[in-house]
Amino acid sequence: MTSLIKVWELPGGVHPPEHKDQSLQLPLGTIPLPPVLVIPLNQHMGTPAQPVVQVGERVLAGQLIGAADGTFSANTHASTSGTVIAIEERAIPHPSGISSESVVIEPDGKNEWIHLTPCEDYRGLDRLALLDKIRAAGVAGLGGAGFPTAVKLAPKSTQVIDTLILNGAECEPYITADDMLMQERANELVAGTLLLSHILHHPKNLLIGIEDNKPRAIAAVRAAVAGAAANDPEAANIQVVVFPTKYPSGGAKQLIQILTGREIPSGHHSADIGVICINVGTAAAAWRAVRFGEPMVSRVATIVGEALGTQRNIEVLFGTPISYVLAQHGFDAMRASRVIMGGPMMGFTLLDLDAPVIKTTNCILAPGKQELPEPLPAQACIRCGMCAEVCPASLLPQQLFWYAQAEDFDRLESHNLFDCIECGACSYVCPSTIPLVQYYRAAKGSIRLHEIEKEKSDRSRQRFEFRQQRIAKEEAEKEAKRLARQKAAEEAKKKLAEKTTAPAAPTDVINAAVASTSAIQVAPDEQKAKLERLVSAAKNGLEFQQKPLVPNKTNPVITDEQLVKQQVRIKQAELKLAEAEKKLADFNAQTIVAETGAPVPANAAPVAPAPLVDMNDPVAAAIARAQAKLTMSPEDKARANLESLRTRLAKAEEKVAAAKTEGSANLDALQQGAEKLQQKITEALAELTALGINDKPAPVAAPAATVAEPVAEPVTAEQSAAQAAIEKAKAKAAAMASMSDEEKRAEQIQSLHTRLAKARERLAKAEAESDANIEAFRAGVTKLEEKLQELA
Amino acid sequence: MIEFIFQNPILSALLALGGLSAAFGAVLGFAAVKFKVEGDPIVDQIDALLPQTQCGQCGHPGCRPYAQAIAGGEDINKCPPGGQATINALADLLDVEAPSLDAEHGEHLDVKRVAYIREDECIGCTKCIQACPMDAILGAAKHMHTVIVDECTGCDLCVEPCPVDCIDMIPVETDLKTWKWDLPATNQNPVFHVVAQPVNLIASDLGRGQAFSDQHDGDKAA
Repeated sequence: MTSLIKVWELPGGVHPPEHKDQSLQLPLGTIPLPPVLVIPLNQHMGTPAQPVVQVGERVLAGQLIGAADGTFSANTHASTSGTVIAIEERAIPHPSGISSESVVIEPDGKNEWIHLTPCEDYRGLDRLALLDKIRAAGVAGLGGAGFPTAVKLAPKSTQVIDTLILNGAECEPYITADDMLMQERANELVAGTLLLSHILHHPKNLLIGIEDNKPRAIAAVRAAVAGAAANDPEAANIQVVVFPTKYPSGGAKQLIQILTGREIPSGHHSADIGVICINVGTAAAAWRAVRFGEPMVSRVATIVGEALGTQRNIEVLFGTPISYVLAQHGFDAMRASRVIMGGPMMGFTLLDLDAPVIKTTNCILAPGKQELPEPLPAQACIRCGMCAEVCPASLLPQQLFWYAQAEDFDRLESHNLFDCIECGACSYVCPSTIPLVQYYRAAKGSIRLHEIEKEKSDRSRQRFEFRQQRIAKEEAEKEAKRLARQKAAEEAKKKLAEKTTAPAAPTDVINAAVASTSAIQVAPDEQKAKLERLVSAAKNGLEFQQKPLVPNKTNPVITDEQLVKQQVRIKQAELKLAEAEKKLADFNAQTIVAETGAPVPANAAPVAPAPLVDMNDPVAAAIARAQAKLTMSPEDKARANLESLRTRLAKAEEKVAAAKTEGSANLDALQQGAEKLQQKITEALAELTALGINDKPAPVAAPAATVAEPVAEPVTAEQSAAQAAIEKAKAKAAAMASMSDEEKRAEQIQSLHTRLAKARERLAKAEAESDANIEAFRAGVTKLEEKLQELA
Repeated sequence: MIEFIFQNPILSALLALGGLSAAFGAVLGFAAVKFKVEGDPIVDQIDALLPQTQCGQCGHPGCRPYAQAIAGGEDINKCPPGGQATINALADLLDVEAPSLDAEHGEHLDVKRVAYIREDECIGCTKCIQACPMDAILGAAKHMHTVIVDECTGCDLCVEPCPVDCIDMIPVETDLKTWKWDLPATNQNPVFHVVAQPVNLIASDLGRGQAFSDQHDGDKAA
C-alpha cells in the first residue's frame, strides 16, 4: 500500500503551468440529453466498426450498433435509447477535419437499457470469457490513443507480464478527468485493477501511478485500496506510487520508465519488457463491463477554458455534439481563440464544432484569446539545443527538424523519428517558436505513405510481370496448337492423296459439300426437340415475368419504376416466345414439305442440269448442286445466281407482306433484307453485263464476244468489277478535287446524313429486338447528330 | 636461393613481381568466372525507383523496359507519374544532374487517380480488360466490368479502348488512413514573415510564452 518502490528520474521533460484548479471547483456533473447523438464508427485505433443497425430502427441504450471488424477494432454501442435517423458521413474530431461514417440517433428521452448480464464473481470465469466481455463492451483506451483494451490484455505467450501499471499521472495541463474519476470512483478503479491483475495471471507488481499534484485523488485511491484489502488479500499488493509532477510523465513509455526504471527498446511494445500500462478510466470501464455487463457508452471529460461560463468535469455520452456540450457550459464564441480537443500540449484544434465526443475525448478546451493567442511566426533555428534537453525520448529534435525540412526520410528513420511521442515539449521550449512537432508528424505521415506506395508498387510489379508471363504462355500454347493443326492437316492431305489418286479437284469440292450438308442436317427429330425446348423455356420465362411483384425483405416498397421495368420484361418475354413458336412452326412446315416429297424451294439451283436425284435426300441434292456448279460456265453461274437471288427476293417480299399484316416487330429487319437482295440482284445483273452477255437473250453470244475481243479474254468478272470500282473512285477523287470547299462540306454532310439514317435504322432494329447494345447504338446516333450539327 | 637473390637482385625482383601478378591474375580470373553476376543489377535498382504504373508514357511497354533503356543511357526525365521525385532519386542513383520532367511525355499529376467504370453504361466488351497492364479490371464478355481500386495504378490505358466511353479517371480522396499532417508553412524568405498555419498546429505550438505567462496566472488568481 505504501510506496515501497523506487521512483526513477525521467530524462528531459518540462513544467508548464498546470491550470488544473479551475475545473476541479465543481463536482462531477452531467448534462441533459442532446437533441441528436452522432456516434462515429471509428472512435478507436484500428479498423472502423461495421454498422449493424438500419436507418429507422429503434435502438436501446447499450445496444450494439457497430460491430468490431477484425481483432484490431472495437465495438460501438448506442449511448441512449432512440431511433437511428441516419448512417452517413459526419464530422468527427480529427485534426484533418475529414468526416467519417457515423450512426446518427435521435434520443427518445427514456434511456431504456438493453438487458445486461451482470457477473457477481469474475474469478469463477475463464480468462478468455472475461476478455470477451471486455471486447463486447467496446472498451478502448481512454487515455488518448483509443487502443482496443482487449487486445492489450492478451499478450503473446512469450511475453511474461510481471508488472501492471495503472496510469493516473494525467500530466497534461488543464485536464483533470482522471483526477476527478479517481476521486469519485476510486473503488471501481481498485476493483478494475484486481480484475486486470486476474486476467494477466496476477503479475508481481500492481502499481497505480499518480503525480503529486493530485492530493485528493491520492487520498481517495489509498483509502479505497485499504478498504478493498480488508476483503481481498490481493488488494494489499496494490501500491499507490506518487511521483513528482513533470510533463510528459503520463506517456505510457515515460511512466513505465519512472516506475520501473526499464526503457522500452525502439520498435517494441511495453509487453515485451513484461509491463502493461492501462489508464485508470479504462480500468474502471473494464470492471463495469465485466461486473455489470455494461458497454462503454460514456466517459468523464474535462470542459475547461476561459471562453466558458462553467468549467468542470462531466460524465458525457459518446456522440454528444461538442457544440452542444459547449452551449451547456456557457460558451462565448467571441471570447474563444479556438476550441481544442485534448490538452494544450498534445491536443488539436477542432475544425468543426459539430463533431461529437468520442472515446478518446478526455478534454474540451475552449481557451480565451488572451489564454492561448494565435501563434507567433516561426523564426530561424538558433541551434540552442534546448529541445534536445527536454526531449523525454532522448532524441535529437534539432537534427530531426532539419531532416524533416529536407524530407530526408532515411536519415529521419536512422535518427529514430518513430520513437518520438509527439509530446510537444520541444516546441514548448523553442525560443524561435518553431512548430517542431508538426514537422515530425508530417515526416512520419510522409514515411508511412511512402511505405504504402512502395508496397503497392512492388505488388504492381509482380502483377505486371505475372501478366506478361501469362500472355507469353498463352501465345506459346496457341502457337503449339497451330503447329499441331498444320501438321495434322498435312498428314490428312497426304493420306487423301494416297487414297484417291484419280479425281482430285472435283471430288474434293463435292466431298466438302457432302460433309457440310450432312453436318448441317442433324437428325430432324433432334432439331425439333431443341425448338420445342426453346418454346417451353420462353413460356416459362413469360410466366415468371408475369408474376405480380411482391414486397420482400430486400425490396420493401414497389415503385412505379419497377412496375414499368416489369412490363418491359414481360413484353420481351412475349417477343421471345413468339419468335420461338414461329421457328418451331417453320420447322414443322419444312419437315412436312420434305416428307411429302415436294421440291425444297430454297437454294435449289433452277438452271442446273439436274441429274435424276431423289430430292428427298438432301445430301444427294447437295452433291447434285455442287456437280452442277462445277459443270457450269461463268455466265451460267451468274445466271443461276441471279435466278436464285430472285427466288429469294420473292420469298423475302412475301415475308415482308406477312409481317406487315401481322405487325411483327421484325418488319424493319425483313425490309432491310429485301432491299439488300434487290441490291444484290442489280449487282448480279451488272456482272452478267460485264461478262458481255445481255440478261435476257442469247447465251450463245457470250463465247462470241470473248472471241471477238481476245485482249479482254483474261479479264474475269472480278477484275472488271475492280476496274469499275477504281474508275469510280478516280472519278470521285477528280470530282472532289474540282469541288470547292463548300461543295466538299455539302458532300460530307450528305454522307453523314446517310450514316445517320443507317445508324437510326440500326437503333430501331436494336430497340425492336431489345438488343443489349441499345445504349451503344443510341450513343452512336447522338454522336453523329452532334457531328452533323457541327458541320451544319 | 638466397645467394641467387643476392647475386641477381634485379632479376629476382622481376621474378617475384611477375609471379605475384600471375597468381593474382589467376585468382581474379577465376573469381570473374565463378561469381559472374547474371543480368544487370543496375536495372533492378532503377526499376525499384520507378513507380510501376506500367503506363507506357515514357514510350516503353512498362517500367522495366524503361529501366533497361535508362541503364542503356536513355534520359531519366520521361516518367510523368513518378514526377520530379523519381527523377531526383534516379539522378541520385546514377550520379547525374537531375533534369526537369520532359513535358513531351505528359504532366505529373499531384493527385493520384484511379479508373472508375460507370457500370450501368458498360456493355461488357472486355476491351479495357485486355488493355489493363495490372489485371485490375474484373468482368467477362457481355457482363459488367469493374475496377479493383486497390490494384489500379491510374495509368489511363483503359480509357482509350472503351467504345462507349464509360471509364472515368477519378482522383483518390484522402481518407483517415492516407491523411497526413502537412509540413508547416515556413518563412524561407526572411523579408516576408509567413505566419505558420494557424489551424493545424497542436496547441503547444501556438502562442507559447504568453499562454503560460505568470501575469496571466496572476489574473486568474485574482
